[in-house]
Amino acid sequence: MNRFEYVEAHTLPEAIALLGQDEGTRIVAGATDFLVRWRQGLWNPRSVLTIQCIPGLDGVSYSPATGLGLGALVTIRRLELHPLVQAHYPALSQAASTFAGVQIRHLATVGGNICNASPAGDTLPALIAYAAECQLLGPDGERQVPLESFLRGPGRTVLQPAELLVGLRLPPPPSHTGALYIKHSPRSAMDISAVGVASMVTLEGSDGACREVRIALGAVGPMVLRARSAEALLRSQRPDAALIQQAARAAMEEARPIDDIRGTARHRRAIVEALAGRTLRSAIQMAQGAILPFRTQRALAIEAMF
Amino acid sequence: MKHLLRLTINSEPYELLVEPYWSLLDLLRDHLHLTGTKRGCDEGDCGACTVLMQGKTATACMVLALNASEKEVITVEGLAKGDKLHPVQEAFVNHGGVQCGYCTPGLIMSAVGLLLENPHPTEEDVRFGIGGNLCRCTGYAKVVQAILKAAEAMPAAGA
Repeated sequence: MNRFEYVEAHTLPEAIALLGQDEGTRIVAGATDFLVRWRQGLWNPRSVLTIQCIPGLDGVSYSPATGLGLGALVTIRRLELHPLVQAHYPALSQAASTFAGVQIRHLATVGGNICNASPAGDTLPALIAYAAECQLLGPDGERQVPLESFLRGPGRTVLQPAELLVGLRLPPPPSHTGALYIKHSPRSAMDISAVGVASMVTLEGSDGACREVRIALGAVGPMVLRARSAEALLRSQRPDAALIQQAARAAMEEARPIDDIRGTARHRRAIVEALAGRTLRSAIQMAQGAILPFRTQRALAIEAMF
Repeated sequence: MKHLLRLTINSEPYELLVEPYWSLLDLLRDHLHLTGTKRGCDEGDCGACTVLMQGKTATACMVLALNASEKEVITVEGLAKGDKLHPVQEAFVNHGGVQCGYCTPGLIMSAVGLLLENPHPTEEDVRFGIGGNLCRCTGYAKVVQAILKAAEAMPAAGA
């Protein structure tokens, strides 16, 4: 463990300037990933730049026209409990409820979960299923990048030196939309996902064909992946049991898992098929008008091995 | 280089010189000798170091001390009023919520945090609420009972 310096930024331009001055600077928000990696000797920054005192980065806003705006410093706990997130982006609240324990959820931020770019990051599949877009700010100004292109590999993103993630925008879910996230993990709390799947389905009317489908697979590739061929099987089709089964199998074939302590690649592939099927069925039921209260969703969100 | 940190701990204001790499747990235990807060895993997994920060639970090992600037921190030492235990502490004693005791301060802080947010939790709410606290004696059943009893007792205690 090295001894690092501590710098505070109070404005975004100040943060960008400080990042530009020293490549050995690492941004921290909640610092919950940082402190673990630093104690393990994996991250050895010369200094940490805390962005928690920059005002305006912790807002949650929703309007039916523009959707959800999230500042990078919004905590995981707020995603879990915010009534507007629960009402309009339930899979995101659900995913947040599976994230570590309450104490970490009070500290960890959505921006941190995204920028640390773990393939198993708990908020990422739901955010990708909801088509989240990242708002980045750097020395050359602002740009928007869809979250699925923002992630490049384990711990790797498109962020340029001295660029930072300031917020996210999620488009408003059209009517007849449903979404669900399920995390498969060794333990029911305080563990990392072995597989996480989020599915979002929009139907043409409560009894219609699939207008839009997004299936995001966590912890089964170098980054969170879209199961695009599974999505294509469902798009413009009326979803019946056989087609959902076929799509779930396609999702399994798109997964690129490895063996590690939380499961073998073979186990993970089998779980992807099961979870893709289960999340699609629930998402379709919700899109058809079924109401799942938050408690029911929270209970569905975690499937522990033991 | 040490930086000046101002914060409130158990209702007392502090002004301290703090190294950038100290966690809030390092500060509480090693420098202020508030050893009621336990160090278990030091990586945010066990919940033994749970404190309240701005009324919300946080694992002190996962907080950079300097990030607690201007915050209000409550540790297990700050719960009792003189000789009078906090209703959650009393419920742990009366309902067998303590075995070896190492996880107890963290579990009590998680319970206090839960009841601040949700004064009438269901058993399921309690189980989700203490999901971030490990008890190596696996005495969870009595802990859950104690927290539910504390919830019943708290309106009567005027807390």
